[in-house]
Amino acid sequence: MLFVSQLINGLQLGSIYALVALGYSMVYGIIKLLNFAHGDIIMVGGYIALFTLTFGQHPLIAAALTVAGCTVLAIVIEKLAYTPLRFAPRLSLLITAIGVSILLQNLAQYFFSATGRSFPGHLLLPQGGIALGSVQVAYTSIITILTSLISMVILTILVRRTRLGKAMRAVSEDQDAARLMGINVNSVITFTFAVGAALAGIGALMYSVRYPLMFPTMGAMLGLKAFVAAVFGGIGSIPGAMLGGYAIGMLEVLVTAVGLSGWVDGVVFMVLICVLMVRPTGIMGRSIMEKV
Amino acid sequence: MKAFTIPTPVRYGINTALLILFLIAGNAITQSGLLGRAQNAIIIQVGFFIILAVSLNLVTGYLGQLPLGHAGFMAVGAYAGALFWRAHILPETLSIVVGLLLAGVVAALFGILIGVPALRLRGDYLAIITLGFGEIIRVVLTNLDSITYGARGLLNIPRHSSFLVVYICVIISCAVIHTLMKSRHGRAILSIRENEIAAESCGVKTTYYKVMAFAVSAFFAGIAGALFAGNLGILVPANFDFMTSINILMIVVLGGLGSMFGSVVAAAVLTFLPFVLQPLADYRMIIYSLMLIIVMIFKPSGLMGSYDFSLSRILEKVIGKALSLGRDKGGKNHGKA
Amino acid sequence: MLKRHGLFARAAGIALAAALLAGCAAGGQDQAPQAADTAPAQAPAATEQGGGDAPAEAVDEVLIGLLGPWTGAVAQFGVAKRNGAMLYIDQFNARGGLQIRTVDFDEEGDPANAIVGYHWLFDQGINALIGSVTSAPTMAVVPEAFADNMPMITATSTHANVTVDAATGNVWTNMFRSCFIDPFQGTKMAEFAVEVLGAQTAAILFSNEIDYSIGLTDAFTVRAGELGLEIVAVEVFANEAMDYVGQLTNIAAANPDVLFIPAYHQHIALIGPQSVAAGLDTVMLGADGWGAALEAIADPSSIEGSFYLTGFTVEDESPLVQNFINDFVAEFGHQPNMFAAQAYDAAMILINAIEMALADGFVPDTDEFKSSIIAHMAATDIQGVTGHITFDQYNNPQKTAFIIQIVDGEARFWGTF
Repeated sequence: MLFVSQLINGLQLGSIYALVALGYSMVYGIIKLLNFAHGDIIMVGGYIALFTLTFGQHPLIAAALTVAGCTVLAIVIEKLAYTPLRFAPRLSLLITAIGVSILLQNLAQYFFSATGRSFPGHLLLPQGGIALGSVQVAYTSIITILTSLISMVILTILVRRTRLGKAMRAVSEDQDAARLMGINVNSVITFTFAVGAALAGIGALMYSVRYPLMFPTMGAMLGLKAFVAAVFGGIGSIPGAMLGGYAIGMLEVLVTAVGLSGWVDGVVFMVLICVLMVRPTGIMGRSIMEKV
Repeated sequence: MKAFTIPTPVRYGINTALLILFLIAGNAITQSGLLGRAQNAIIIQVGFFIILAVSLNLVTGYLGQLPLGHAGFMAVGAYAGALFWRAHILPETLSIVVGLLLAGVVAALFGILIGVPALRLRGDYLAIITLGFGEIIRVVLTNLDSITYGARGLLNIPRHSSFLVVYICVIISCAVIHTLMKSRHGRAILSIRENEIAAESCGVKTTYYKVMAFAVSAFFAGIAGALFAGNLGILVPANFDFMTSINILMIVVLGGLGSMFGSVVAAAVLTFLPFVLQPLADYRMIIYSLMLIIVMIFKPSGLMGSYDFSLSRILEKVIGKALSLGRDKGGKNHGKA
Repeated sequence: MLKRHGLFARAAGIALAAALLAGCAAGGQDQAPQAADTAPAQAPAATEQGGGDAPAEAVDEVLIGLLGPWTGAVAQFGVAKRNGAMLYIDQFNARGGLQIRTVDFDEEGDPANAIVGYHWLFDQGINALIGSVTSAPTMAVVPEAFADNMPMITATSTHANVTVDAATGNVWTNMFRSCFIDPFQGTKMAEFAVEVLGAQTAAILFSNEIDYSIGLTDAFTVRAGELGLEIVAVEVFANEAMDYVGQLTNIAAANPDVLFIPAYHQHIALIGPQSVAAGLDTVMLGADGWGAALEAIADPSSIEGSFYLTGFTVEDESPLVQNFINDFVAEFGHQPNMFAAQAYDAAMILINAIEMALADGFVPDTDEFKSSIIAHMAATDIQGVTGHITFDQYNNPQKTAFIIQIVDGEARFWGTF
């Protein structure tokens, strides 16, 4: 019984990681950028949800505004900061992303102050839960886990079954060839950012309900963990990101459950390293052929 | 027309003389009170950031890998050096030297330990695995509190990081890495960056050189860590978190990948900048991050690109020009000193 | 948002209780309360009387420094401290007469920056320093400030070695603080658990990445051992952790009488709701880090019935405290937390000592002036918003500990302990 409730807890945590990892993975897949600002987009999303809910908006409107806000923010960032560096060395792009991350955190501190604010989660999702046998499962857990699964399915359909998805795959395979084939590479990349950010917006909602404290640096650790999850599952792969998210979430909870709570981060990274030793491109990652 | 060249021994003579002059002058200036005390304190911190950046540049700029765990090596060195210094088992000067060497060697051992498995991976997977090792080191340092005192802080570390100590280390690390890169081994390292498979097929022992570059890089990061400890007098594992690694990487990229001179300039700029921006108060970090983004957008290859400063080259140009001018006037002397 | 409710009679007595209990609170050293004599309002008069051999009217400005993290991960503590200190300084300056000028430096919570910051402030010619905020930067700065004979007071650095050299056991005589130290709080809460709540078993949830949390845990464990309080579970969390359910589930399985959580309010804001999810139903005990927990927590009912120790309560009805709260709200738009209150007191202690040093005829920007400030700070005997403050031989404040209980989602003053 204890084990089952820990399992559900791990799944819920893992679902949040997974939603964030999906965004990471998509952006990485298409332009090979570790988008460090991704976690901070979630932070902004959290604040948007907080303010819209506090001003008495309907939960659905608040959720829509959050997702829209994250999407617009990501597009603006992509256009202003990343597009000019499309042909620059990848590390310069990485440093720019870090710069954007620091900028977002400090703008948030300037406007919202450094002090944490509580998030009215009960306005967004129903409280309470259902009893599965002797285990009490909160509605928020169920909704979070379902949301992450549905997001993954929609995303898979988007990438596998639509023209836009085909264009995305083409761009991630070879930008120049895609351009020659008449694909508008810039708009495909922007669209990818937008989708990633929309997922971040959903992630922000799920995160805020579960961890109802908003502060300017809240996205940093979440972003890092999600990045680890994405790599764990095989960065660039949609089911991989999901799997990585669940794996990291479960692992953290289980390590704690066996009484090693002081070593959680250490054990998580140790497992990650072992997995990468055996499968150097992550669990679901494609192995890349090296050519001269 | 044959270009004028300064013979190698003379070059080394000039450079050594200038460096000694720099040390003496720098020491005199920092002691004289000519600069403010804050400026002196920053100059010392610039010193160990130079070592960190130059050593990371060896792996990132020259070897072409992306490690995100440099702070881990720094941490190992910092704790090794600090614990040794705290024991006070040798007379002071000797203790400083041995402590720094110990810090470097321990960090280098970790470099090999981590490098061997990590370098099997490529690109961003290497990045994440080194990030993981860096975090593991931090978690271990936090949990080993009977030795490291964990988050309570390792206190009363002798403050050995004077201008002379720090900048002698800066010069040694720059000189060693510079010499390494000018040698046969350096060319092997560069060939791995350019094309690993091609390098391997030409007989370059890629794994050996990768691990060597990793170990040398870790060695100097360890020394920088010890200098960091000797500057603060207190260590907590949180000093060596992921953001510290990122800050070092930021210096390397901002300076220009593969440019040692760039690393030095960027270390100075990025250490002084937050200080200079202090009067902006609450806007400070906003402006700082905006500047970072703008520099990257307009100068993606870093402040210095791949340009490396070489006094001899400048001298050669100047003398060469002077000589060719002289020759044009009729003289037939060829610079052959 | 904290509401001030009920218990008027009791709360009205706090000021008196504070004065009477000041000595007993931290180990029974007798200090005669003489609040009225040294209240800052009276001090400007002393300035005019003094200065026999120095031209007193020439001294109309004294420069002091503020060091702390205004940005970065611990900015919320830094900003609270700066607000509290600046409020007192502005109020003091508004009285006319001596003007306190300030320069400040943002050290981002980083010891290396703190050292640069200290030297920069020194270069600006400060006569005293309020700072820093977290313990590590403060401990990095103290030896340097000691060498300069620089009077220094922190409002928030609770590490035992902030005022005492760890290697030699000597006191950093220039260094004072207006906050409780870690061991005091841990000991107090262990005693509270046993003597008041009658607990037999306890669990601890702490972070081994926060020195404050470790310090309290150590002291709590030691005192619990002495009192026969059995520790049945110890769980650890990372400083930036967001998920605590695993730890809380383990603790719930151990079923302790009390759960001691030495952490900051941002942790409590997450631990509280998750304790419900983990099925934990135990009285929680905290320390002064809980100060603003109710403002940060989404669901106050999840920490209903918890007790925490603090040096400051907004329920204190004394005019000094109520004026402070009103002025603070007017200035910054929200209730002051404990950090702001302690910073207000730190500024009060320091400026009071500066006035006395001026009254003794010392001239600012001299070494003798700084020595005099240090001497007067050591002899502090003042009524602050966090109680009546005197310093012990280790320059730690001797002041009353208040116990707050969360009742009906509000912070109720339970009593002194």
